[in-house]
Amino acid sequence: MSALIPYIDEPHPVTGVTNAKLGMWLFLASEVMLFGALFSTLIIMRTSATDWPAHGSDVLNVPLATLNTVFLITSSVTIVLSWAALKMKDLKKFKFNMGLTILLSFGFLVIKYIEYTSKFHHGHFPSTSTFYAVYFTLTGLHGLHVIGGIITNLYLIGPGSKMWEKEPERFTGRIECAGLYWHFVDLVWIFLFPALYLL
Amino acid sequence: MSHDSHNHSHGHDHSHGGHELPFWRKYIFSTDHKVIGLQYGITAVFFLLFGFSLMLLMRWQLAFPKQAIPLIGKLFTEDGVLSPELYNQFGAMHGTIMVFLGVVPLAVGAFGNYLVPLQVGAHDMAFPKLNMMSYWVYFVGGIVMLLSFMTPTGAAASGWTSYPPLSVVNGPGEGFWGGLFTGQSMWLLGMVFLITSSLLGSVNTIVTAIQLRVKGLSFMRWPVLVWAQVTTAFLLLLAFPPLEAAGIMQLMDRVGGTSFFMPSGLVVSGEAWKASGGGNPILWQHLFWFLAHPEVYVLILPAVGIVGEIIAVNTKKPLYGYKTLVYSMLFLGFMSFIVWAHHMFMTGMGVTMSTFFQATTMIISVPSVIILTTYLLTLWGASIRYTVPMLFATAFLPMFAIGGLTGLPLGLTASDIHLHDTYYVIGHFHYVVAPGTLFALMAGVYHWYPKISGRFMSDTLGKIHFWLSVIAINGVFMPMFFMGMAGVSRRLYDQTVYAHGLAAQPLNVIMSVSAWILAIAQLPFLYNMATSWKWGKKAESNNPWGATTLEWAASSPPPHENFTTPVEVYRAPYEYSSNKKLLPQFVQEA
Ligand code: HEM
Ligand SMILES: [Cu+2]
Repeated sequence: MSALIPYIDEPHPVTGVTNAKLGMWLFLASEVMLFGALFSTLIIMRTSATDWPAHGSDVLNVPLATLNTVFLITSSVTIVLSWAALKMKDLKKFKFNMGLTILLSFGFLVIKYIEYTSKFHHGHFPSTSTFYAVYFTLTGLHGLHVIGGIITNLYLIGPGSKMWEKEPERFTGRIECAGLYWHFVDLVWIFLFPALYLL
Repeated sequence: MSHDSHNHSHGHDHSHGGHELPFWRKYIFSTDHKVIGLQYGITAVFFLLFGFSLMLLMRWQLAFPKQAIPLIGKLFTEDGVLSPELYNQFGAMHGTIMVFLGVVPLAVGAFGNYLVPLQVGAHDMAFPKLNMMSYWVYFVGGIVMLLSFMTPTGAAASGWTSYPPLSVVNGPGEGFWGGLFTGQSMWLLGMVFLITSSLLGSVNTIVTAIQLRVKGLSFMRWPVLVWAQVTTAFLLLLAFPPLEAAGIMQLMDRVGGTSFFMPSGLVVSGEAWKASGGGNPILWQHLFWFLAHPEVYVLILPAVGIVGEIIAVNTKKPLYGYKTLVYSMLFLGFMSFIVWAHHMFMTGMGVTMSTFFQATTMIISVPSVIILTTYLLTLWGASIRYTVPMLFATAFLPMFAIGGLTGLPLGLTASDIHLHDTYYVIGHFHYVVAPGTLFALMAGVYHWYPKISGRFMSDTLGKIHFWLSVIAINGVFMPMFFMGMAGVSRRLYDQTVYAHGLAAQPLNVIMSVSAWILAIAQLPFLYNMATSWKWGKKAESNNPWGATTLEWAASSPPPHENFTTPVEVYRAPYEYSSNKKLLPQFVQEA
C-alpha cells in the first residue's frame, strides 16, 4: 500500500486513532447491530413461544459452556498480553501469548463441537423447535466469528508477523485491532451464555 | 478510464511503484478508487437496464392483459403471454435489482468511490484492497441474483420485501441442496453478499472522509456530497446487519426446516406445513423495514448531495444555508432509524405504537423540506446557467417534492388504511427514486463526465434525453396516484378482473406507453456516454464548469494518485471571494 495514505501507523491528530482502528470500531458497530437483531429475535421468539424450556440449563450443558466461558475470557487476556509484548518490543513473548489465544479458541470450538454432536445424537436439530432454532443459529454465527478470529490470528502469528521487521508500529496496530475484534467475540458470548444457558 | 502515466514526481515506497501494471491489475483487479468507481458504475448501469427491461415486459401484460407480447413474447412462454409465475418473478426481481444492484451501487459505489477521495484531497481510499474486495463481493452477489433465474422454479417471486410465510413456502425445493438452489434462497444468499459488500464500502468511505482530509479541510468545509455520502455510509453500516440476520434466518427456514418466521398451525395448499411452527412472520417485517426505511434515505441522500454540488456550480452563488443543510441531513439520517414501522400500520400494532411511528414520520419530513428549501433559496435570484446537468438537477427538486409530500398521507394511519398496498404507494416512492434519485444520478454523470474522461458529453443529445425523459417519466408515475386512490392494489397480474380495476385500466395503457417512450429516451443517453469518451468536445481546463470543490483541482482524468502537486483548502466549499465571485476551495485569494 502506498505511503501516500497517511495515518496508517500514527494516530490522526483530530480523531486520535489510526485508519485501521477507526475502521475496526465502525465494523464492530455494525456487528453490534447484527447481534442486536439476533438477540431481539431471541426475546421475541421466547416471549411468543408456546413451548420453551423453563431454564436453558434443563436442555443445555451448563458445565461445558462455563468451561467455554473461561476459555474465551482467558483468551481475551492473552491477546492483550500479546499486544503488550509488542509494545515492549518482545516478538517471542507476542508469539507465545498469541499462540495461547489461538489454542484457547480451538478449545472453545472443540467443546462447541461436543455440545452440538450430543444434541444431534439426542435428535435435537434446529428444526425441532424455535428454541433450538435460536440456539443453533446464535451460537453457530458466534462460532463462525470465532473461526474468523482464529484465521486472522493464525495469519498474524505466521506470515503476517513479517511486518514486524519493517513496520513495527503498524504491526502493533494490527494486533490491537485483532484484539478489539476478539474482545467483541468474547463479549457476545458473555451475553449468549446467560441468555441461552442460564435464564 | 484513468490513463495513469505513473510518472510521480516524488519518490515513495509504492508496492508497484514506477512501472506499468499489467492490464488485469490496472483495470480488473485494480485498487485505484477511480477504476473501482467506474467498475461499480458500469455494472450498476447494466443492472439498471436489466431491471428496467423486466418492467417493460411487465408493462405489456398490465396494459394489454393476457395478450401475447409482440415479437419477443415467445422467448419467455409458449404462447407469448407473460405467465402469472413469470410476472411475479419479474416484479420481485425488478425491485431487488433496481434498489440493491442498480441505484445504490451507482449512487454509493460509483459516485462515492470516485468522488469522496478526490473531494477530501486524498490519494486513494483509506483501504484500497478492501475497496477492491467490496466491488467483487457486490459482483458475485449480482451473479448469484442473475443465476437465480436459472433454478427449476425460477427467480424469487415474493416481492422485493420477501414477506414470509409466502417467501418460505414459495418454490421450496427438495432437501438441503434442492432447497438452496431455488429462486428465493438464492435471493437470500445474494443479499448476504450485497450486505457484506456495502459493509466494506461504508467503513472505507467513512474512514477516508474523516482521516484523509487534506490540510485546511475541517468538517464544516466538506462539500455537501461528502456529507451525504458519509451519512449514507452510516445508514448502510448500521441498518443492513439486521437484514443480514433476518436473511440468514429466512434461509434457515427454507433449507434448515426451522420456524423463525413460520407460525404454528399453518396450512399450505391443504396440507399442514411440516415444521415446528411457533415463529413470528411479523418479526421479518420489523427486521426488513429496520433496514429498508434507512435504505430509502440511502437512495435519496447521495442524490441530494449531487444536486447540491450542481446547483452551487450553476447558480454561481454560495449554497443557501450550508450548515442548516448539513444538520438536516444528519438529523434525517438519525431519524430514519425510528420510523420503520410506518410500513406496518396494517399489521395490527397497538395505538401506542402507531402513534409513535406516526409522530416520528411527521418529524422526519421536516428536514427533507428544509433541504429542498435551501436549494430553492439558492436558485432564488441567481443567474442560472442551464447546462444539461443543471436541467436534471432542477427537475429533481419538484419531483422529489412530489415524492416526499405524497408520503405524508401514508404516514398517517387514517389515510394509510385506504392507501396502503395500492398503486399510490408505488407512485410515492417512484417519484422519489426515479425522477428523483435517477435524475440526480444522470445529472451527476453529465456533470462529472469531463472530469472522468476529459471530454464533455453532447449538449444536444443531453437536452433531447432530458426533455423526453422528464415528460415520459411523469406519464409513468403520475397516473399511479389516481389508480391507487381508485383502490387498485399493487402487485396485481391483471386488474381488469375487478370492476374498479377495469374502470382504471386506461391509465395502465398511458403508463405503459410512457414507460416505453422513457426507454427510447435513454438511447441518446447511452449513445452519448459511449461516444463522447472518444469524440466528445475536449474540456479545455481542469475545471471547465468553474466549480469550487477539490476534485476540480486534479487533472482530467485524474492520474493514478489523484494530485500530482500538493493541494490545500482555504475556505468553505461555496464561498465568495472579496470581489463576490465564487472561488474554489483550493485557490488562495491573492
Ligand atoms: C419525505 C418523507 C417520506 C414519508 C413521510 C414517507 C412515508 C412512507 C410511508 C408511510 C410508506 C408506507 C406506505 C404503505 O405501505 O402503506 C412509504 C413507502 C415507501 N417509501 Fe416513503 N416516505 C418518505 C420519503 C421516502 C423517500 C425519500 C424514499 C426514497 C426512495 C421513499 C421510499 C419508499 C418506498 C420504497 C416505499 C414502499 C415500500 C414498499 O414496497 O412497501 N420514501 N413511505
Ligand atoms: Cu419508510
